[in-house]
Amino acid sequence: MTNFQPETGGFFARDREMHPPAYTPWYKTSVLRSPQRALISLEGTKSEITGPVFGHNMLNELDNDLILNYAKPGEMPIGQRILVHGRVLDERGGGVPGALVEFWQANAGGRYRHKKETYLAPLDPNFGGVGRTITDENGYYWFKTIKPGPYPWPNGVNDWRPAHIHFSIFGHGFAQRLITQMYFEGDPLIWMCPIVKTIPDEEAIKRLVAPLDMNNTIPHDMRAYKFDIVLRGRRSTLFENRKEGN
Amino acid sequence: MVQPLGYLKESASQTAGPYVHIGCTPNFSGIEGVFETDLGSGPLYNDKTKGERITVRGFVIDGSGTPLKDALIEIWQADADGLYNSPSETRGSADPNFLGWGRTPGDMSTGEFVFETIKPGKVPFKGGRWMAPHITFWVVARGINIGLQTRMYFPEEEEANAADPVLGRIEHRVRVPTLIAKKDGNTYTFNINLQGENETVFFDI
Repeated sequence: MTNFQPETGGFFARDREMHPPAYTPWYKTSVLRSPQRALISLEGTKSEITGPVFGHNMLNELDNDLILNYAKPGEMPIGQRILVHGRVLDERGGGVPGALVEFWQANAGGRYRHKKETYLAPLDPNFGGVGRTITDENGYYWFKTIKPGPYPWPNGVNDWRPAHIHFSIFGHGFAQRLITQMYFEGDPLIWMCPIVKTIPDEEAIKRLVAPLDMNNTIPHDMRAYKFDIVLRGRRSTLFENRKEGN
Repeated sequence: MVQPLGYLKESASQTAGPYVHIGCTPNFSGIEGVFETDLGSGPLYNDKTKGERITVRGFVIDGSGTPLKDALIEIWQADADGLYNSPSETRGSADPNFLGWGRTPGDMSTGEFVFETIKPGKVPFKGGRWMAPHITFWVVARGINIGLQTRMYFPEEEEANAADPVLGRIEHRVRVPTLIAKKDGNTYTFNINLQGENETVFFDI
């Protein structure tokens, strides 16, 4: 393991200029759900620089195969077969091993399998839309799925979400906890989407758009998209304040 | 010219959306058979875990006073002796029967969340000071653009709370009670107000 020595340094300050602010009225649901007072700044304490470990042994063989993990025996979901792969890195550029990566998405027609979902596109009886994996010693992860479809949503009178996959990432510290979304290269809906536009920085948006990766496309089987995710970096323990009460 | 620092930028946050349950608690959302159980569900303790059993419950409440029915809440806490079950814990080994992490969705019809856990011990801060027993919360939902981080403290720990360096950093003292649960026996109620007069203190950590 490249990260055998446990790290205990504090995390780099989060760049709030690049993340979406809480209040983004063009994304209407944020209006009543956005804290209005300033966040209280807190240098990470033991309670935030620590985090649980998720072992590879919690995974089942099909956890990262959305094509097969909900399908009836001998059947498969309808849609474009894709491989999504990349690395979980931190801001220092190194891979984050042992990160829990969870993902969920709509089916090829843009329909989610959820009790409260009402879009008229049909469910696919062979598609659940959920998977998970844990990064290897280099921070690498991959999963197979069906390319999700775009779908309309009640915000503006004619708002559509670009095709996307939701990601939840659990690194080594609770302060690194992150949920984001992956978009697909070339989708014109990306630049019209009120949720994408909550991100104030164009470069930060581009970093959420996965390019088609022909090198890793599996001939006669599935195309590949590459999506790297960056978590907060942390200081080297070498230079920590020795006065910390431990 | 100078050498480039070469740091990468953290990936931008996006809302968890209305269907976060599909990915994080699929069995709860009605997708059965993919994962045996929902990760982080159920009591955080087992029969061998040290410490006082407690229930933590509450609502995440929007600016109109309405509980969110689509939130996902995670907690992270120390064991009964104040040790974290983490490789980054340098003071010793935490209780092997206590992971200290839990995840639950708010109830789909009422919005209430419930954790069955233990009361954590106090945890050291810098300079030989101590943080009062507390549970770290992380809240995501549709309409929340970046996960919200806060803490729950215990009302019976008056002395430790008064000396807590994190609570001490809150300039507007009138806001401190938003981080202190209400106690009824072994049940603690901790409501998280996203807006309004009693807006919960959230941290930039």
